[in-house]
Amino acid sequence: MFLLLTLAVTSIIGTVIPQGAPPPEYLQTIGENKFKLYKTLGFFDMYHSGWFILLLALLTSNLIACSIKRLPQIWRLITRPTTVMDEGLGKSLSLIESVSVHADRSLLRDKSIALLRAEFGEPVVTEADGSCHLFAQKTPWCRLAVYIVHLSIIVIFIGAIIGSIFGYKAHVNIIEGEAVTSVMSRTGKEIPLDFAIGCEQFSVSYYDTGAPKEFKSILTVLEDRKPVPGFTRVPIIVNDPLTYKGITFYQSSYGKVGEHHFIISNRDGSNKTQLTVDSSSSAKLPDGSGMHVLESTQDISPFQPGMSGPAAHIEVHTPTGETKAVVIYAQYPELNARTSEQNGLPLISYTGGQEQEYTGLQVVKDPGVWVVWLGCFLMVAGVYAAFFMSHRRVWIRITDGEVTIGGHSNKNQAGFQPVFARLVERLRNDISGEGEK
Amino acid sequence: MTSSLLFNSTTIAYLASMLLFFIFLASRSRGVGTAGSILALVGLVLQTVAIGLRWKESYALGVGHVPLSNLYESVVFFSWTIVLFYFFLDLKYKHRVIGAFVMPFALLGMAWAQLGLNSGIEPLVPALQSNWLLYHVVTCFLGYAAFAVACGISVMFLIREGHERQTDISGKSIVATFPASRILDDLNYKAIMIGFPLLTLGIVTGAAWANYAWGTYWSWDPKETWSLIVWFIYAAFLHARITRGWFGRRAAWLSIIGFAATIFCYLGVNLLLSGLHSYGGGS
Repeated sequence: MFLLLTLAVTSIIGTVIPQGAPPPEYLQTIGENKFKLYKTLGFFDMYHSGWFILLLALLTSNLIACSIKRLPQIWRLITRPTTVMDEGLGKSLSLIESVSVHADRSLLRDKSIALLRAEFGEPVVTEADGSCHLFAQKTPWCRLAVYIVHLSIIVIFIGAIIGSIFGYKAHVNIIEGEAVTSVMSRTGKEIPLDFAIGCEQFSVSYYDTGAPKEFKSILTVLEDRKPVPGFTRVPIIVNDPLTYKGITFYQSSYGKVGEHHFIISNRDGSNKTQLTVDSSSSAKLPDGSGMHVLESTQDISPFQPGMSGPAAHIEVHTPTGETKAVVIYAQYPELNARTSEQNGLPLISYTGGQEQEYTGLQVVKDPGVWVVWLGCFLMVAGVYAAFFMSHRRVWIRITDGEVTIGGHSNKNQAGFQPVFARLVERLRNDISGEGEK
Repeated sequence: MTSSLLFNSTTIAYLASMLLFFIFLASRSRGVGTAGSILALVGLVLQTVAIGLRWKESYALGVGHVPLSNLYESVVFFSWTIVLFYFFLDLKYKHRVIGAFVMPFALLGMAWAQLGLNSGIEPLVPALQSNWLLYHVVTCFLGYAAFAVACGISVMFLIREGHERQTDISGKSIVATFPASRILDDLNYKAIMIGFPLLTLGIVTGAAWANYAWGTYWSWDPKETWSLIVWFIYAAFLHARITRGWFGRRAAWLSIIGFAATIFCYLGVNLLLSGLHSYGGGS
């Protein structure tokens, strides 16, 4: 229990300190001394740090030790139940009733066996010290449920370890119309696939509000450069991945690659220079401003009826710290001139560019995931059985002239009481009729 | 009729129900207690209809989805599950007065949602477009509701137990209407016993969903970590009770701490920390 609370408290650290961000970011926010301290303590990646894993290992060994200590006793209780209710046991039971009756013992025995068989469970019959003893029980195995929960935690850990040793998490960008045969792991290592995966098409759709509705890639798996039947032109969206040979591809990001060409000059048209801007990065203008392309089109007519030709929506960061977002055209120099005038920018005109969309896929191989699910299933089933099922036992002792019935439930006594009362009632009815004959 | 009108009526019903329960505490008139329960039930029915209507309205807007997707919808749902869980306990164990300590949670949720949160129906971002949303949110919130009720019961326990230790409970004291501390202690345990498997299921469905959407069932995201912290606390509660015999005050305090952690897991993480569940940031 102490371990559980320690884990709870230490886990908080990792939620307050962002995990896995680059060092400069930390240095900015917390200063150098703290940074060094936190780094030594492993706070920046604390869930993989030695001491946190040690805590988890301690939890595991604690679980195993506790289970081993208690299990033999519980096991004996289940496999070799006390089938005879002697004086001592009878006294320890809170549910116990006696019925006096003058009848033949073997008849009482048969009646009682029939009753238990019909109402509770198959009885075990023992003859001992001049009495006849019956014993029946229900769901004795639910006493094991708590150990199943403990086991399930270990199974989940095993699944996670299998996943981290034999699996990987990686990322790959595929340009529309192209295919790749390897992916990049999180640590920057290239991992070859033994097949190729191609992106036929990528598209984004939006709601009327402008919020993204769906990112979709159409993927094809290729073996020896031939499409694999059943894995051709498969649409992948967020929440609907593609799995092939144990490797799963998830839609995770997208973007554009390509370049754009601009001509920059002073506002009077002097000092013309050509500038090429990469889709994903920014470039410097001669006056020291930085600029990058937000979006572009090679034909503006669908967006601005009556106009045509290429256009680019660019963002300029001026040396004075201002940010201006403007639209620059290829075929409308007078509009460009007005834009530069109004915003105090150099004269910029767009001459066009090529751009291709790429899809960003998360690539995961995790052979341990089924073990983890098995563990989760065991845990849910175990927790349910541990809380909501009880081991119920009933003993009947028959001597000449007296039948005694005792009952016990390891949990939920309140729920067992009416069941026991009904059993006693039935027993009384069944045997009292015999006594009067 | 619109869902927002019904949500307003629900809030009023919960407010009235809470006030009646308070009067019930002071007056100990059975009729008032029954009226409090009935109003809570009326509120629950109104709210159920309102949630259904909002669901339908989202389809009319062309962005149809289960109304569990933003902070407003989840707070409303949380309040609904709390009242639902209270009725479950009331039917089973018949301690009506607990309502006085549970309805404030439900009212607080509704009032906050109605007054402070953006109630617009928004389209779902791609990551939320999954049936797992339903399974995950429903199981988690039923668990949270059980913990909320357990917390209310624990507060009652501490008050009642304090009085029992100092003096004999006089017939006229408000505390005399509370169930005996032994019963409250048992109800606290029972509520957590129901909440814990639900929370477990909520974490498992969340992990399954994450695995299906991103390929990682566990990424130590702040929300995931906090849900684990909550799980650890209640696991510790159950262990303390079963193997060490922690009853009474210590159990009640642990239950209150557990619920504080639950609330932080639910709201604090959304509002203060960043992560996959940061839907609450821009209320």
